[in-house]
Amino acid sequence: MVKEIERVGLPIVHMCNIVPVSKTVGANRIVPTISIPYPLGDPATSKEDQWKLRYHRVKVAVEALATDIKEQTVFRV
Amino acid sequence: MKKAIVYINQFFGQLGGEDTAGVGPSIHEGQIGPAMAYNQELHAEVTHTIICGDNYMGSNPEDAVKQILDMLEPLEFDVFVAGPAFNAGRYGVACGTICKAVKEKFGVPVITSMNEENPGVEMFRKDVIILKGGNIASKMRKDLPAVAKVANCFLDEVPVGPADEMGYFPTGHRHQVFIDEDATSRFMKMLHARIKGEPYVSELIVPKLDRVPIAAPLKDLKSARIALLNTGGIVPVDNPDRIQSASATRWGKYDISSMDRLEGGVFKTIHAGFDPAAANADPNVIMPIDAMKALLKEGVYGSLHPYFYTTVGTGTTEKEAARMAKEIIPLLQEDHVDACIMVST
Repeated sequence: MVKEIERVGLPIVHMCNIVPVSKTVGANRIVPTISIPYPLGDPATSKEDQWKLRYHRVKVAVEALATDIKEQTVFRV
Repeated sequence: MKKAIVYINQFFGQLGGEDTAGVGPSIHEGQIGPAMAYNQELHAEVTHTIICGDNYMGSNPEDAVKQILDMLEPLEFDVFVAGPAFNAGRYGVACGTICKAVKEKFGVPVITSMNEENPGVEMFRKDVIILKGGNIASKMRKDLPAVAKVANCFLDEVPVGPADEMGYFPTGHRHQVFIDEDATSRFMKMLHARIKGEPYVSELIVPKLDRVPIAAPLKDLKSARIALLNTGGIVPVDNPDRIQSASATRWGKYDISSMDRLEGGVFKTIHAGFDPAAANADPNVIMPIDAMKALLKEGVYGSLHPYFYTTVGTGTTEKEAARMAKEIIPLLQEDHVDACIMVST
């Protein structure tokens, strides 16, 4: 889905946990998440920590959309 | 008698379903689940079965691999087999990850099986012999003996045949073989076949890689319109579009224009590929509407497309996923969306 959306020229960030899969399939902008059942907030941590983590990673993703890249890039979180 | 060790996930290891996908690796003497069938098929005794939760391997691969290699260290074995993993993506990646690591550390032959749609195929087929398997677990009776057949070549110390003959994905290795017919005659035969429109097989097949050119970045984030999508199955609790929990062919779009976050009890996940507890309690952990709305208020980006889009990624074929994306794209374009964020589980 990411590839089809990018194919029409829309920049797209793939937020996912198993980054090698995303790379193999061919996403170009990748932001790692923390797990499969809860990509953006570990329920074992406090609500505040979950919010901080989610806010941070989503912000990285938004900013990645405006980042010029020359090759497949996994953004630092 | 020679010895084999089998790797399987929590499901085939009879620990449970998604609720146990987070369990770390364990080793068991003897045979559990598919390891019993391997014990029948292999020209070796299956001395141990290793079981690891798919999520554990997916989220902590280095740690999981280290633990398993430590378990294997004191053992003697002649072959290591994993799966079959069918079209289970996390399981396939897990089988590939551990096979590659075992081969590198101990130098023993490693063999597994996956469906061609499994992402593990492209990731590991150059390092691991991966049999071309079925898409669902009911293909076990066919897939498992195919793995055993290749493993037996190693155990019996006879050469493993070429990929298309033995039914595994080409590993990219070339082996020297002697053919009586010289290259010129072979070439002329292929040329004739091509001219006559008859089938022929090239001796150097160029692989096709589907890569999409990198889209240009947004010029101005402050005025950009962004849309959110997810393959984590986040839907209103009554799942109005009846999106399937696995092997999805349907998708839905849900209005978020009047909410600041997704509430548990209003939205939930219908994804069958992981424990839904966390996402049901707080759907924002998969579809981060709360964070996107906060960033919008802060003026980090221009505007948010009023809908988010959902399907389920587990078992879904690339072909179906591409079709669903093509159905969604016009809706994004109509609303002048400039960029997208996709969250996958």
